[in-house]
Amino acid sequence: MAAAPESAGTGKGFIGWIDQRFPLTKLWKDHVAEYYAPKNFNFWYFFGALSLLVLVNQLVTGIFLTMSYKPSQAEAFASIEYIMRDVEWGWLIRYMHTTGASAFFIVVYLHMFRALLYGSHRKPRELVWIFGCLIFLLLMAEAFLGYVLPWGNMSYWGAQVIVSLFSSLPVIGSTLVEWIRGDYNIADPTLNRFFALHVAALPLALVFLVIAHIMALHEVGSNNPDGIDIKKHKGPDGHPLDGIPFHPYYTVKDLLGTAGFLLIFAAVIFFAPNFFGLFLESPNFEPANPLQTPPDITPVWYFTPFYAMLRAIPSAFGTQVWGVMVMGAAVFVLFFVPWLDRSPVRSIRYKGPIYKVMLALFSISFICLAVCGMKPPSGIYPILARICTAIYFAFFLLMPWYTRMDSVKPEPERVTGHA
Amino acid sequence: MLKATVLIALGLLTAGTALAEEGDIPLLHAETDIGNTDSLQRGARNFMNDCSGCHSLKYLRFNRMAADLKIPESELSKNLIFNSAKVFEEINTAMPADSADWFGKPPPDLSLMARERGTNYLYSYLHGFYADKTRPWGVNNLYLASTAMPHVLFYRQGLQKPVYKNEKDGNGNAKMVLAGVEPMIPGSMKPEEYDQYVRDIVNFLDYAAEPIKETRQTMGIFVMLFLLVFFVFAYLLKKEYWKDVH
Repeated sequence: MAAAPESAGTGKGFIGWIDQRFPLTKLWKDHVAEYYAPKNFNFWYFFGALSLLVLVNQLVTGIFLTMSYKPSQAEAFASIEYIMRDVEWGWLIRYMHTTGASAFFIVVYLHMFRALLYGSHRKPRELVWIFGCLIFLLLMAEAFLGYVLPWGNMSYWGAQVIVSLFSSLPVIGSTLVEWIRGDYNIADPTLNRFFALHVAALPLALVFLVIAHIMALHEVGSNNPDGIDIKKHKGPDGHPLDGIPFHPYYTVKDLLGTAGFLLIFAAVIFFAPNFFGLFLESPNFEPANPLQTPPDITPVWYFTPFYAMLRAIPSAFGTQVWGVMVMGAAVFVLFFVPWLDRSPVRSIRYKGPIYKVMLALFSISFICLAVCGMKPPSGIYPILARICTAIYFAFFLLMPWYTRMDSVKPEPERVTGHA
Repeated sequence: MLKATVLIALGLLTAGTALAEEGDIPLLHAETDIGNTDSLQRGARNFMNDCSGCHSLKYLRFNRMAADLKIPESELSKNLIFNSAKVFEEINTAMPADSADWFGKPPPDLSLMARERGTNYLYSYLHGFYADKTRPWGVNNLYLASTAMPHVLFYRQGLQKPVYKNEKDGNGNAKMVLAGVEPMIPGSMKPEEYDQYVRDIVNFLDYAAEPIKETRQTMGIFVMLFLLVFFVFAYLLKKEYWKDVH
């Protein structure tokens, strides 16, 4: 049928009444029922939908936690135990939130890795990628702020370390830190403002960015594991021959992905909510104690790669600002990937050996950095962290050269197979 | 006040360093089981008798404990509540507020200690006291050097003496290193009885740190079974819809 969209206002009944006043059917069709996605999405394509699922989980459980949590230095720690013990189902809601925080980073890291595999950031999807990077940046801020709220000893000292990073900035450093804390130390005003940012400002910004991320994606259409444009071959109905409507095909497929994800998610919540001290760290079962640091101050696992980079850089010229700059650059460099990749093909399937080796080295070094960040900085870890930091940046900064040098295989005209 | 705080902080710092030096003594295995209600009941009794004078469980209510441990409320008020607390109140100590520095630092609340330090640590710690004349209470601890706590269970366990071994330090000089403990004065309990006595306390503290733990694990099995069934149906649904994608 030559696309004769049911224009607004011609429908009948209740939905018709709505459609005359609000593009309900149009939105449904544009983004779900008639959003044509490539039919060859594989395993890696689950993590976008799962990120959305975890976001909703965090928002909903977060709202319920807010009802019983007290953002004050004197009451915060006890209010968490109140939630864990006296609030009906409070323990489940809290474990869903704490496990959800770690799950968020797992699915987002895998989602980002997918983009590096199949070139999902390449033209015309640069803005999809940039919105995604902004989401990642905000997510890190959101996770850090949330980690401080239980006011355990690791919350306190983690906040102490992270906030004091800003003091390494020249001239404005100490004033800036005081402004962030709202006090001369991490204290009640700090906790109050972190709470405000964690439950209102950042979630709001995150939701807007996620909408922008999806709108930008749906404007240009999804990439696929072959990295080719499915809109080049359209059928007589005007739809891509290799495309299928998101609903019902990908809604049912993502339902399957959701079931698989929930199996792992529930296993952690019900059987290992601490996750061996990685998701909930033991020093955080002691209330904040400004007079005693935990045995080792380490950030939660999802920050450890960046923390390892921070520690890997020695201080020079009497300042430690270099480590902070490197850590910032590690996130900042992500924004430029669409322009750093100069390969004539998008997908790793048709890229040459150099990219494959570089991506493998990058992945290994990222995991090594995560391990280094969890270990005390002694033995082989500092030197390992430096090598891995070098590889991390080499992957991005040398990309314009090695992607152009690399041999490529010819891309197919049509997508190959489907899962 | 400030001076006292600074002194405590310094004391804690030194304790931390000493701990780091002696951290190579492996922990004992607690082998507790929060499913064992008898053990939990005995643990509650032991805790109330020997620990609750100084240590609170301020996040656990008496009647919550009674309900979870299947202790009748009559029994609770008669045998387990030694202060004026009502059954719905939290387990607090009788220690007056100004007694905080009786031991150099206030005895910590134990509500979350099992989650902070682990059950093996607690079990080891209660086995780790040994005679040390240089300490204010005449005892030190194998697993927490310069501990502020006296050996409260002395009359049950008896007293142990330290065993040292010779080691070379970084410069090749011989030095004495604490290697373990051995019995010196017997207590009222045989070693196996004492092990069980401590195991019950630690089991109870593990329960107290997360009263929902057992329910959580039982419920988890049903959630997993439901999700498995859901997964199968989701798989079949996906397969059915995707039949016509070629």
